[in-house]
Amino acid sequence: MSETTVLAARGLAKTYAADGVPVRAVDEVDLTIEAGETVSVMGPSGCGKSTLLHLLGGLERPDAGEIVLGGRRVDGLSETAWAVLRRRTIGFVFQAFNLVDELTAVENVELPALLVGEASGRARRRALELMERLGVAERADHLPARLSGGEAQRIAVARALINDPVLILADEPTGNLDSRATGEMLRLFADLRGRSQSLLVVTHDARVASTADRLLTMRDGAIVGHTRLDAGSPSALLRDLAGLGGEY
Amino acid sequence: MQDVVLALLAKEPAHGYELRQRLVDALGPLGQALNAGQVYVTLGRLERAGLVKAKPGDQQGQRNKRVYELTAAGRERVAEWLADVSWSKVTLTDFHLKLVAAAATGLADPVALVDAQRNELLRQLREVQQLALAEPVDSPGGLLLEGVGLRLAADVRWLELCEQRWLARLDLARSERKVRR
Repeated sequence: MSETTVLAARGLAKTYAADGVPVRAVDEVDLTIEAGETVSVMGPSGCGKSTLLHLLGGLERPDAGEIVLGGRRVDGLSETAWAVLRRRTIGFVFQAFNLVDELTAVENVELPALLVGEASGRARRRALELMERLGVAERADHLPARLSGGEAQRIAVARALINDPVLILADEPTGNLDSRATGEMLRLFADLRGRSQSLLVVTHDARVASTADRLLTMRDGAIVGHTRLDAGSPSALLRDLAGLGGEY
Repeated sequence: MQDVVLALLAKEPAHGYELRQRLVDALGPLGQALNAGQVYVTLGRLERAGLVKAKPGDQQGQRNKRVYELTAAGRERVAEWLADVSWSKVTLTDFHLKLVAAAATGLADPVALVDAQRNELLRQLREVQQLALAEPVDSPGGLLLEGVGLRLAADVRWLELCEQRWLARLDLARSERKVRR
């Protein structure tokens, strides 16, 4: 673990009882994420990816193992302490958006800022700015029920980013998006890296997974593969992929 | 075709018709498109290239009675083929047969081959997307890159399916072996 390590986990384990049979959803997982790094996790459904994300964000408690977030040991924190920490340092993006139905889009986005004591004028300005960047500013006054899947997802992303978290945890962030909206999301993720924010993304979508610097492969609760994706391959490859590699 | 025929010979020498039957089994309905002479033509080419040889003592004239085996050069080529993760000119059938051959001969773990291939495709996809993101939205070049990316992403999805099926198949084979003991 270095000074730029945002998140480190060691020996994380979580067992559920499924029909009385214990299932190791997360089995002795070690991982670290550096500042500005994007890490993706892929694996078959039920391999424990989402549980891992929940453990790292304090939404569920591990049976064993330690978590260090921003240099501070956090696995033993109380529910309340986790909630406070989450608001300031972690942004969550879920596939199901989890927007508050009774609040408008912009009220959803600014909510985490208000919860950490941000002045309401500033929070509103910041919310609108993020929504502008995500192309959903004109939906500010709509209730979630009136948003398309793609719009709701972008609202959820804006909400995750409003407190400038050091770490964003995303679970299938493009699960409901069409190709174009996925493209916009990928642009946004690329921007995060430029601002030293770290992203851990669990996904089935190869386009999302491949934006990462590193890929972790999970199977039966364990990380079975660890690949650097930024080890640039020769540009001849691109020529071939685009069909330009043949005869002239 | 040449590579998969070589790989299928890696475990033990075989007749041409045995090789053809294995290919037909592995290809399902698509195997019907494999014409009867194709395997023999391939074996002939491989023999001329010094990658296979007919076992000594066989009747040289009757091609369907000959038993073929790999030469040292043939073995080397099989190892190269299994480790090769280039993709742009590889068909899905090629890769499917590679997994079948790897499992049938025990030369490589099919799941490991799938993992290596998927990692390579994600690396390629990353490169394609970085270029695409640098393009202004809706530029013509961006549209082409998006197509290249979507195609790679579809291939990755299929590889995930391959991974799941082969994991299940290998689990089944393992538990059957246990039962037999």
